[in-house]
Amino acid sequence: MSILVNKDTKVLVQGLTGKTGTFHTEQALAYYGTQMVGGIHPKKGGETWTGSKGESLPIFATVAEGKEKTGADASVIYVPPAGAADAIIEAIDAEIPFITCITEGIPVLDMVRVKARLDRSKSRLLGPNCPGILTPEECKIGIMPGSIFRKGSVGIVSRSGTLTYEAVFQTSNEGLGQTTAVGIGGDPVKGTEFIDVLEMFLADEATQSIIMIGEIGGAAEEEAAQFLIDEAKKGRKKPMAGFIAGRTAPKGRTMGHAGAVVSGGKGDAESKIAAMEAAGIKVSPSPARLGKTLVEVLKG
Amino acid sequence: MNIHEYQAKALLKGYGAPVAEGVAILKVEEAEAAAKKLPGPLYVVKSQIHAGGRGKGKFKELGPDAKGGVRLAKSIDEVVAHAKDMLGNTLVTAQTGEAGKQVNRLYIEDGADIDRELYCSLLVDRSVGKVAFVVSTEGGMDIEAVAHDTPEKIHTIAIDPEAGVTADDVAKISKALELSGAAAEDAKALFPALYKAFGEKDMALLEVNPLIVMKDGHLRVLDAKMSFDGNALFRHDDVKSLRDETEEDAKEIEASKWDLAYVALDGNIGCMVNGAGLAMATMDIIKLYGKEPANFCDVGGGAGKDKVAAAFKIITADPKVEGILVNIFGGIMKCDVIAEGVVAAVQEVGLKVPLVVRLEGTNVELGKKILNESGLAITAADDLDDAAKKIVAAINA
Repeated sequence: MSILVNKDTKVLVQGLTGKTGTFHTEQALAYYGTQMVGGIHPKKGGETWTGSKGESLPIFATVAEGKEKTGADASVIYVPPAGAADAIIEAIDAEIPFITCITEGIPVLDMVRVKARLDRSKSRLLGPNCPGILTPEECKIGIMPGSIFRKGSVGIVSRSGTLTYEAVFQTSNEGLGQTTAVGIGGDPVKGTEFIDVLEMFLADEATQSIIMIGEIGGAAEEEAAQFLIDEAKKGRKKPMAGFIAGRTAPKGRTMGHAGAVVSGGKGDAESKIAAMEAAGIKVSPSPARLGKTLVEVLKG
Repeated sequence: MNIHEYQAKALLKGYGAPVAEGVAILKVEEAEAAAKKLPGPLYVVKSQIHAGGRGKGKFKELGPDAKGGVRLAKSIDEVVAHAKDMLGNTLVTAQTGEAGKQVNRLYIEDGADIDRELYCSLLVDRSVGKVAFVVSTEGGMDIEAVAHDTPEKIHTIAIDPEAGVTADDVAKISKALELSGAAAEDAKALFPALYKAFGEKDMALLEVNPLIVMKDGHLRVLDAKMSFDGNALFRHDDVKSLRDETEEDAKEIEASKWDLAYVALDGNIGCMVNGAGLAMATMDIIKLYGKEPANFCDVGGGAGKDKVAAAFKIITADPKVEGILVNIFGGIMKCDVIAEGVVAAVQEVGLKVPLVVRLEGTNVELGKKILNESGLAITAADDLDDAAKKIVAAINA
């Protein structure tokens, strides 16, 4: 089992015809035959996209048309920042159930506008500014390197792209493997939060343990920790390891991700680590020991 | 991106917000003419630096008994005297760090008769994904201290992006600030105007501290701090033109030209990493082994060889750097591109400090081969832990 995506997921690509979209669509097609079913381009509808190895996909003028003709239930967005919010809204309007936005650098007020639309829609948005989602040997949406994954039992959720890779790599090396890895992204306003993913991992039978990777800024880790405490009281609990990036980051400085800033006396690493430990998550002091920390937890 | 108080006030004035008359100056000789443009007889002379706590700040050159970075003046002569005292000197505040900041600009403003000092800011409240007003009757002081000591005195009012600031929202804000009479009337225009400015200019933070109720009962924006969403600057050339590069770290300016996420820090291990989270984690692990990072540097996912070389040069140009750690987990970023960039930069500017490189992910074997065949004194590391140990050991050696 897995969460959100599997071998049956059919994916449209918004921004397929650009360099980034093309490269990652080729990678996805090469990853256990992920079902990439078409691309969207307002002026190139009816044309065909061709990859460097001769792969081809139909291009549709709108998401709605693409969905109707392919039965797609997901889309991935590689559209540049200035047009990305409108691309998300187009996918919401087309009632795509699961939308992943990879684009980094979307103005935050554009995301405020998107969030208002999202809240009264049936769609789920993952991202923006995220590496996407991958269910090993079934489906790869986004930019995660498929080669480091191994089918297994760990659910991984992270605010940071490259730290997701660390967690995947280390759990593969420990022989645990993953059910699904989800990068929720580093922006302050986003579609899917830790709690949403944790809820799904708790409910997924194949997921036997969870790694959660947070970073400084905001209060999402604290909220997630409270959620886990509440769920544990209801008898739902899984072994968890975690990490928080940014212990050494100075206050008031944004550390790369728009969301990674300690400000207004909120969002520092110590408070997040304390909240996660209180929820029973073993927090690794080192990003290099995520896999080993989880193994220790599993050994009891 | 941050701007100066006087620039923020000019921007708000354009939206109809009540601000005092004022004139910005760069030289002492301009002080008298500037003051003469104002009604008097009370003036305020304010240091313009990108840091808070100016009023309580101290000038390095003037000794502990001298007045701070915001001063009252009761005559034009006094304005000129203050200008002489302040311009060119170094102001140290709670936010500047020990080094302080040189005051290159002053803002001379019409004084106000203050009845009450309030706090009002706008920001994106990420827990609800909306722009929110954060207001308090406890203005004029450090709002973080208020939030910590008396959280019940801080009120947050989130605004529905599709409805904008409604009459109901204004009523809530006014009630929280205990506004009445003329101030409550002013509020009906002021709060929607602040929200409009925030949205139209893609601000990240707009802080009015204090917002004052004057003796005549009206509201006035007495101080304004504004920062903008760097991701939205592409659609605001007018905002970009307000940038004051003298307020920024030279290395950070160079990095921004290459679209590198770079923050200068105080330690002595230079870092070059892909991904913001991994870059922070790399800093953290250096600290775990007892050293401090010299910088945060995320070269991003899609960097080419030239960008990598530029990042490497910026890091090596920092005289504090005693060793460099390159940590790459290639996803989109290919390890061979990183290796080529590092080799090109070292060949151009030389390498005077130990360099540890950890490569993993896409094209890792090719990247390692390029480094090995370069003939450069590069220490390879197997994983992040190994890399951090090796660079710390190299510096301690």
